Amino acid sequence: MVGQDLIIEPINYRVPLSRPKKGVAGKTGFWRTEKPVVDKEKCVKCWLCEIYCPVDVIRVEPETGPTIDYDYCKGCGVCSNVCPSGAITMVPEE
Amino acid sequence: MAQTRPKPPLPYRMRDIVLPGDAACPGCPIPMAWKVLAAVFREKMILVIPACCSSVVVGAYPGNSIKASVVHVAFASAAAVASGIAEALKKRGVNDVQVIAWAGDGGTADIGMASLSGAAERNHDMIYIMYDNEAYMNTGIQRSSSTPFGAWTTTTPIIGKTEHKKDVARIMIAHGVPYVATASIAYPHDFYAKLQKARRIRGFKFIHLHAPCPTGWRFDPKYTVEVAKLAVETGLWILYEYYDGKIRLSGPSRPYMDPAKRKPIEEYLKLQGRFKKITPEKIEEIKKYTEMYWDWIKRYM
Repeated sequence: MVGQDLIIEPINYRVPLSRPKKGVAGKTGFWRTEKPVVDKEKCVKCWLCEIYCPVDVIRVEPETGPTIDYDYCKGCGVCSNVCPSGAITMVPEE
Repeated sequence: MAQTRPKPPLPYRMRDIVLPGDAACPGCPIPMAWKVLAAVFREKMILVIPACCSSVVVGAYPGNSIKASVVHVAFASAAAVASGIAEALKKRGVNDVQVIAWAGDGGTADIGMASLSGAAERNHDMIYIMYDNEAYMNTGIQRSSSTPFGAWTTTTPIIGKTEHKKDVARIMIAHGVPYVATASIAYPHDFYAKLQKARRIRGFKFIHLHAPCPTGWRFDPKYTVEVAKLAVETGLWILYEYYDGKIRLSGPSRPYMDPAKRKPIEEYLKLQGRFKKITPEKIEEIKKYTEMYWDWIKRYM
């Protein structure tokens, strides 16, 4: 049967569709050469770092201030550049 | 940088749709723009992505870095596939899902121009967003018709491109579609408002999004937002909306109608390595072209 050989059986009989997943390119935190560090005293909680963060790792809450997920932060430095009060500094990684 | 305090609802709505760990370069503007899309549509969007940087950013099987439906299509057919999906949704009676064709400047201004023009003429209910990083960044910084005058790419002469940028937004206005707008990744609130307006309009909507690419434009990744902001502040990139046969300047661009209030163009050019070989005569030429663009806007306001 020539025709049947051409049909590829899906693995585990699941449709081969991509599903939303964290970290499709692995832990992108390994790409980082500089690490953003937040000075919570200086932070004015304006949400600008969260709005502009390209990897969506910054979460600003009114009570706690910004928190950064360092597993996936690529260290681009956009947050430190847009911060109006200079609360985020880029520190070289060891 | 002096900035105003943004309203809080936007960041809360843009959370958890664009997932961390995508394959974009550090400082890439594409996920930044997707976050604004997420704030407007949440999961209720179907992105149609031709071959471009975004198809790499989304990631390969079995993962997907955005919590929405993504259709990968051939280079020239983004608008054609999106119009097909839009018609199918209409037949099935699905009204709350937005079809978005998300293509780069190569897939819009050069290769996808024919299918884009066809979809605009047929007036399908979809949003076409052209994110403009002004060269073919995915294949290694080749020149596109959207590359500005004087910019270096790997396939231009060493002195920079000798032709001007193709203005796709103006071509779309000539098609007579219901809504055309330009936006910038440096002004997410403005982009958000434009998407909200576009979603309420039935018919073909076109948004031209300015997105500086740190890798191709040769600047430090941390200046992505600053470069995009300077393009608006120097008057090189004008934010406007077109509907009901009239052009309306958007808030961030309104002060720069007066040439005296604009920042000098050199400030924008010196941040980028691609304009390293530019001469004063070429800067004069860019200024003249920008003034022509502003004159056109003032005429149709």
